Amino acid sequence: MTNGFYSYFADPVQWAWAGVMFWLVLGFAALLLQGSQRLLIRLVFPLGALGALFIAGVGVAGLLLPASAVILPIGLPDLPFHLRLDALSAFFMVLLGGAAFGITVYAMGYFRNMAAGPLALLILWYHLFLGGMVTVMLADDAYAFMVAWEVMALSSYFLVTTDHDLPEIRHAGFLYLLIAHVGAVALLLCFGVLQGGHGDYTFDTMRLAELTPFWASAAYLLALFGFGAKAGIVPMHVWLPEAHPAAPSPVSALMSGVMLKTAIYGLLRVTFDLLNVQIGWWGTLALALGLITALYGVIFAAVQSDMKRLLAWSSIENVGVILAGFGLTLIFYTDGKGAMAALTLTAVLYHSINHAFFKGLLFLGTGAVLHATGERRMGKLGGLIRTMPWTAWLTLIGALAIAGLPPLNGFVSEWLLLQAFLLTPNLTQPYLNMVIPVAAASVALAAALAAYVVVKFYGVIFLGQPRDAALQHAHEASWPKRLGMLWLAAGCVLLGLFPAQVIGWLSPVVQLLTKQTLVNDGNWLMLAPVSAERASYAPLIFFAVVGVVLLLTFIWVRRVYHGRVRRSDPWDCGYPEQDARMQDSAEGFGQPIRQIFEVFMKVERETPDPFSRTPHYHGASLDKIWFILYEPIARLTGWLSEQAGRLQHGRIQWYLIYSFATLIFLLVFTTR
Amino acid sequence: MSTGILLQLAQTLLAILLAPLLMGWVNQCRAWLQGRSAPPITQPYRTLKKLFHKDAVIAHNASPLFRFAPYMIFACMALAAGIVPTIANDLPFSPAADVIALVGIFALARVFLALAAMDIGTAFGSLGARREMLVSFLAEPALLMVFFTASFIAQSTELPVIVATLAHREFAIYPSITFAAVAFWMISVAENARIPVDNPGTHLELTMIHEAMILEYSARHLALIEWAVALKLFTYSALGIALFVPWGIAAQGDLAALPLALLAMVAKLLLGGAALAFLETISAKLRLFRAPEFLGTAFLLAVLGMLIHFLLEV
Repeated sequence: MTNGFYSYFADPVQWAWAGVMFWLVLGFAALLLQGSQRLLIRLVFPLGALGALFIAGVGVAGLLLPASAVILPIGLPDLPFHLRLDALSAFFMVLLGGAAFGITVYAMGYFRNMAAGPLALLILWYHLFLGGMVTVMLADDAYAFMVAWEVMALSSYFLVTTDHDLPEIRHAGFLYLLIAHVGAVALLLCFGVLQGGHGDYTFDTMRLAELTPFWASAAYLLALFGFGAKAGIVPMHVWLPEAHPAAPSPVSALMSGVMLKTAIYGLLRVTFDLLNVQIGWWGTLALALGLITALYGVIFAAVQSDMKRLLAWSSIENVGVILAGFGLTLIFYTDGKGAMAALTLTAVLYHSINHAFFKGLLFLGTGAVLHATGERRMGKLGGLIRTMPWTAWLTLIGALAIAGLPPLNGFVSEWLLLQAFLLTPNLTQPYLNMVIPVAAASVALAAALAAYVVVKFYGVIFLGQPRDAALQHAHEASWPKRLGMLWLAAGCVLLGLFPAQVIGWLSPVVQLLTKQTLVNDGNWLMLAPVSAERASYAPLIFFAVVGVVLLLTFIWVRRVYHGRVRRSDPWDCGYPEQDARMQDSAEGFGQPIRQIFEVFMKVERETPDPFSRTPHYHGASLDKIWFILYEPIARLTGWLSEQAGRLQHGRIQWYLIYSFATLIFLLVFTTR
Repeated sequence: MSTGILLQLAQTLLAILLAPLLMGWVNQCRAWLQGRSAPPITQPYRTLKKLFHKDAVIAHNASPLFRFAPYMIFACMALAAGIVPTIANDLPFSPAADVIALVGIFALARVFLALAAMDIGTAFGSLGARREMLVSFLAEPALLMVFFTASFIAQSTELPVIVATLAHREFAIYPSITFAAVAFWMISVAENARIPVDNPGTHLELTMIHEAMILEYSARHLALIEWAVALKLFTYSALGIALFVPWGIAAQGDLAALPLALLAMVAKLLLGGAALAFLETISAKLRLFRAPEFLGTAFLLAVLGMLIHFLLEV
């Protein structure tokens, strides 16, 4: 403080807080600018995007510089806000800033036609949401963390219910709010356990608290439950396929791409940083939960017919993969295999940032389609690659990335994770040696099913014949939308082509959590995490070879032969009648998966009468967990409140008697 | 290093050029076994030549993706053929992609083919794409598990290292490798669209998978796809040979062993092709929803192989 004003901005943590404040000011300024819709779109969103870029930059600085902390004079009288920026926070800030920049640029185009009043409010919630997420990553005491967590949850609730005149969106928002708060209660309890009876809720005290294995496990389980509710881990996932699609597309992109990662951040923070002991079975539990989540998510993604809902289910799958990686990290870490834990953690972090980029991109792509056609049901779309080439080709990059195909980014993290699974024979516990190959098989199965989902998603929406005549006039996305998608697509490509560099940037985080770094045995072109003898992957060479062979083949075919093309009607085995309705619908494409995995679903089907002139088909594959777990809970809650309701008569005498009885009871109870 | 690069280029080119020959050999064997008079072994080349000379007929509504996909698929398969050791085990290019990346290449080609099939929007195209993805979602992890078994033994996912380890082990029948070999056979049959999962010789809508996807292709695009299919069959055969019967392959820098390695490779391919034709002749095509069971078995066998490796061999 002695150096005057500039000392306020000496450390990355202060810059980060300045970024948050900038967003808050921007959000409230939007309320004042309600008069000018143009200004809101043309000024506030670009400034917000610059803020995101700034946050990403601060994150990069945080990765390079040592950890810094600051105490802010806000908060409770004896517990001011403690903020701290270390490598882990910094990495997630890079993730947030990088994805949010593209999404905010896109939002400029997406909300262009919104009325000024609701738009100003939306901008406020949007920036509060961004600021809340950054503060979650910066918080260094439980109070600040919970305040930021709630800001994030509430602002995203208001964002989800932007179109609150639709009853199903209000319903989705309510479900989201409910489960977010069940999770938040678990987190509160978790911090209560973590402080170990000191009564001091700063993270520094928690790091020093010596917990017994029982209490440490209790804290871990509470954290897993609380963060799991936010991340959408089965069986706490039910809100996710409702809430994420309900929000406007840029918000869906933020929620799926970034907000789910705050839960991963919290889990990493609590497990590796705040807790002093880690126990082996924690990892096995997380691994099992992660695999169940991944498979459950991808199976349901394959049977969805609403494009945004499909992406939401696919987010559940990706969170499952990340959680499985987290579990494996814990297993290695508690087994004393630091180097392997470092590799697995790298895969986890890599997949987190990859998911932010490709899922953000895909949600933005569906947003562009939704704006152009007004349709979310895939069964009403089709053939958009011809009317919306920009959106289609950019979305293709995201689709290939999420399917885990080389040379894009999804493949790199999948590759790293599978390499980690291949290292398990060195574990000391023999039963894990047996279980983990099966886990690897499940991850591979989930990845292969993801390819199925992607072909369905992309093929039904963008390829084929338009299933509705109006689609012929679908307009291409506006320039801000294209730029936003371009940014995220570029992220997918670059993260895929330069893994050796990315791993270098991740090493401070890995060092912080596992006390080990991952050494790349390859050169700048080549990724070789353990040793070059053992495994290597060089995406740039891969890309170059495919590109060169492609070009050579093209030139050769054109030069030696000819490039003549004749256009005609499709052949289709000679069937003369060609109709868009003869293509696979979304339900039709998912039918094999539905048939194979029918045990997990409750299938509703309504087939039309064969002689009907206006045939109507309805099919839905519903999540059984909702009926097995949640409906009984809801019924029980209803029954309990009904019983409690009997106490209510509306007569003052009775209420006086209640108060009197309580008083007597308390007197007896306390003076005993 | 430079001989390595030359060898790499020569091997890849040779694979690309000779792959249709293997297809011709399998077709010839099949014709003999079925009592038909066989087409010449060079028939695939004649077909390719004919196709390249024809005018391409493309549906009115085909998008650029449809025209781009054949080149992409061909490039992927050429890359895959370049990674797998056939006659020499010294491939300077192979560190760029290990076995997991190899599975990724196959997946990339498959996704492009399935997307291209859906592009025109005919009933058959999307039907083929859906069935292809159904077959592959079990075949792909099963293939990965086969590779994992080999990787656990070799402590590496690099193909040359795996092959060198497996080729220089004491000769014995290893249970894990046996399971993996059976699984690999089943997977290759499915991935190469052969009986009993698919029938390359049919255009019956009830049964076709691969053929349904390429119905709309003609001329040079079809030629590239057919060539890629031949390359895929060759790559899978070479993979099977490299993993399960690697003996005779030339070690790193051992140029004198090359002629012998070439002979061994040709002999193994002839035998393998004949065996494929034989098994195709004696089995019938499975109903479509039996195919997941067939592949599920392959998947389980592959996982079992891996578990047995831990139980018995470590």
